[in-house]
Amino acid sequence: MSEAFPTPPDLRTPFRALTPGTQPPNDFPEYGSTQKRHPKQPLLRIPQTVTEITGPRFSPSRYPSIIDLTRSGVHEALGERIIVRGRVLDEDGRPVPDTMLEIWQANAAGRYAHPRDQHDAPLDPHFRGEGRVFTDAQGWYQFTSIKPGAYPWRNHFNAWRPNHIHFSLFGPGFATRLITQMYFPGDPLLELDPIFHAVADEQARRRLIARFDIECTKPEWALGYRFDIVLRGRETAVAEE
Amino acid sequence: MPIATASQTIGPYWHLIEHPEFADLTRFGAVGERIALTGRVRDGDGAPVADCCVELWQASPAASETFPGYGRAATDSDGRFRFTTIRPGPLPGPGNVQQAPHVALNLLARGILGRLVTRAYFDAEPLNDTDPILALIDDPARRATLLARPAGEAVWHIDIRLQGEGETVFMAF
Repeated sequence: MSEAFPTPPDLRTPFRALTPGTQPPNDFPEYGSTQKRHPKQPLLRIPQTVTEITGPRFSPSRYPSIIDLTRSGVHEALGERIIVRGRVLDEDGRPVPDTMLEIWQANAAGRYAHPRDQHDAPLDPHFRGEGRVFTDAQGWYQFTSIKPGAYPWRNHFNAWRPNHIHFSLFGPGFATRLITQMYFPGDPLLELDPIFHAVADEQARRRLIARFDIECTKPEWALGYRFDIVLRGRETAVAEE
Repeated sequence: MPIATASQTIGPYWHLIEHPEFADLTRFGAVGERIALTGRVRDGDGAPVADCCVELWQASPAASETFPGYGRAATDSDGRFRFTTIRPGPLPGPGNVQQAPHVALNLLARGILGRLVTRAYFDAEPLNDTDPILALIDDPARRATLLARPAGEAVWHIDIRLQGEGETVFMAF
């Protein structure tokens, strides 16, 4: 509840360390592509300076919103229409206002409108799969899309990615940059997916799965899903009172 | 208290959010010393990383209406990327020690589950000798992985090696 935080955080305060086990490692053998793409030297731990604590700002005047992904073509995209909404919060539960979310996803058949995606599933000429939305003053965002299909990949024999939507967020600093994926409840492919399981902590994995949300389901129109996102919080100042 | 959401890979199809103009940080009319920063990203086999999203963030000059401070570039089939930006100046560092001019680089790709963060400094910049972040790296060869080198008139180049010989120093904070 933002009302509980009358004092905005000091914008020079560093961000707190990530909770162990809740973030994926760089090296995760079950996800084959990590094999040649992870550093073998330990990461250099550096103090957060102005470079890490500050970050870019985006506004819809320069980065126009794309809030309805089903309307990027002449006709409406094919598939099961969905509304995704949620809140972007920090680790103190404060809303992250006016921050940009970028979204991209496969079409209903499980094919990306991307030249490198050669999966033998139909392209939808009326679905590009890019969205861009901004949070409001209370951290809420919302967009309309279609439910992306599952698709095969070559990580291991008979590997299929669960249905997912990609999210890109910036938050208040370079340290809060986040790329993640939203999954759908009840997807049997989740238990088999090494990217999902690269997150060791079960609760952290579960938080990547959206909830079906009847409150945001629009009658006669679209199913609603709720997906809240938490960005790193700032270090807690020693209580002065 | 809530815990920060887990990162997941940007994957091979992130180009759906690619906008090539993002690689030019001077596109809104920034004034200052214009430079190009080019680079090449290679993996543990020395093979080019052709599907990498390279992001640049610099806190100097300060972001403004004319300068976003942020850029994003896709690597090409040879692993190469190119930014156009304004050369950064020195920045305050921890404990009143000045930081040498630098930009932060954020690497995202298929096979990178989180993010790989590094910095590009400018070779032969005198402040490099007292930079508090460079000073954390004892091995001069490792430190040198963070130095962009002159590669033509107002062009600087940095080679980024994700793994193996000449592996770039990546950072956590």
